[in-house]
Amino acid sequence: MSGILVLAEHDGGVFRKTAAELVAKAASLGASLGLDVTVGTIGDAPVGSLGAYGAQRAVRVSGDFGAYSTLQTAGAVAAMIDAVGASIVLAPASYAGKDALPRVAARLGAGFVADCTDLRADGGALVARRPMYSGKAYVDARVSAAIGIFTVRPNSFGAPAGGGAEVAVTEVAFAAVADPITVVESRVPESQAVDLTEADRIVSGGRSLGSKERFDEVIRPLGAALGATVGASRAAVDAHYAPHGEQVGQTGKTVNPQLYVAVGISGAIQHLAGMRTSRVIVAINKDATAPIMEHAAYAIVGDLFEVVPALVEALKEA
Amino acid sequence: MKIGVCVKSTPDTAITRFKYTSGNDGIDAAQVKFTVNPYDEFAVEEAARMKEAHGGEVVAVTVGDAGAGKVLRETLAVGVDRGVHVDAVNTDSLATARLLAAVARSEGFGVLFCGKVAVDDQASAVPAMVAELLGWPHVSVVTAFSTDGATFTASRAVGGGVEEVVTGALPVVITAERGLNEPRYQKLKDIMAAKKKVVGVVTPESLGVSAADLAPVVTFSAYADPPERPKGRVIPGDAAEAARELVRLLRDEAKVL
Repeated sequence: MSGILVLAEHDGGVFRKTAAELVAKAASLGASLGLDVTVGTIGDAPVGSLGAYGAQRAVRVSGDFGAYSTLQTAGAVAAMIDAVGASIVLAPASYAGKDALPRVAARLGAGFVADCTDLRADGGALVARRPMYSGKAYVDARVSAAIGIFTVRPNSFGAPAGGGAEVAVTEVAFAAVADPITVVESRVPESQAVDLTEADRIVSGGRSLGSKERFDEVIRPLGAALGATVGASRAAVDAHYAPHGEQVGQTGKTVNPQLYVAVGISGAIQHLAGMRTSRVIVAINKDATAPIMEHAAYAIVGDLFEVVPALVEALKEA
Repeated sequence: MKIGVCVKSTPDTAITRFKYTSGNDGIDAAQVKFTVNPYDEFAVEEAARMKEAHGGEVVAVTVGDAGAGKVLRETLAVGVDRGVHVDAVNTDSLATARLLAAVARSEGFGVLFCGKVAVDDQASAVPAMVAELLGWPHVSVVTAFSTDGATFTASRAVGGGVEEVVTGALPVVITAERGLNEPRYQKLKDIMAAKKKVVGVVTPESLGVSAADLAPVVTFSAYADPPERPKGRVIPGDAAEAARELVRLLRDEAKVL
């Protein structure tokens, strides 16, 4: 038996958007490759509901998975791969995807392909397209081992339509392992609605904002008006206009939204590396020759302190 | 204690555009400058600080060709005592991890520091694989680290802006995030002293890693530039006009509102 296993991540029982996105993609790949699709999750979440997006079966490892544990996650995933007899595993390129799944690959002798931005069936095999070299080059990746584990950048395929039936859930037995790493403290920041790496819409500000106060007065209201998560360039973070957790770029978060609005950001290579796959990029900048302009679908050349408030007004009118 | 640190020679990705080999099965390495992977610099610094606090020896390890060995030598001026150059090709993450794990075993490392990602293949896979092969735990994307030589405390950025503080016992593999520390600059006297330090060259055979263990299970092909974007447009008018037109375009044309 072989098939595709999709790992569905959830926060307290609510599936992340990537779960439906990956199940739907797996369903279309499975049809081409002649493979069944099973969706699996760790902990207490209604995984059978993801049958709506085309999974034929669902599996779950139940238990107390309150705090994130690398070794529990790796063990639970390995147990699901074994139970399903999966030859292809699709998972989000999340913290857990990057942290725990390489261990699973090493344990099983599987091929590990990280951070894919496209997946296609080609000649009866799965081929992944993915960035390398800070996004300056893209490559095809193929796995020759019996099992291939692929992590996929969120928002690579967009939100699918549901409509399929709920499927039955099979429990997968997993004896919890003792993790020698103990979480002693968890600091949750003043939360943004949606994490940058999963956000559909992002508004980012750069050094041109000039101060933290002006960043807060100009960028955050635009974020609120658009229903967008707020990000920042490295220059803005280094100048303490925004916290490190909001940094987009090579040394910050890699994002992949439908809409990315870059305000007062010149578009240094290190910033582009973190956001260049965004579907629609808008640049608001007083310099018509800034590198970001080459990547923008729409640009407004002007003083951001005039343009952004006007944009907030226009959004309220619309 | 022997403090291990993994170092990779990676191309300077500030280059505007890569050129590719004739079969598009790789970048044209002759066109690019190779340096220490930026995240490995934080790993090297953390290893050096641990030695300064607790004593021991800092051993940096790399896998690659003669050029990688040269890049490894750069770390000898910033706190590394000795280098181990595994003379082999980086075929895929798992093969590289097997070589690094073999070095960690033969050296008897008590801890291993790595960068959180190598900017060439961007897989973020090797450190966790090494930990798995060694049977050690690992902590990834670490922004703060301290140890008393037997136990450690580390902060990790687990996504969603959440920072977790974790504790455990050595040995452990730690992957360094930017901000873990401020790497030191090379000083002239350290550069001079580095010339006397040794980089030992070892082969996969001498580490007991077979050709079968090094056969890649992931292969890469069809290297190309990122997909081109259609040419964008500048929206004319004063701030209010341009803003209204932008909202219309985002809603009616791009359909993202």
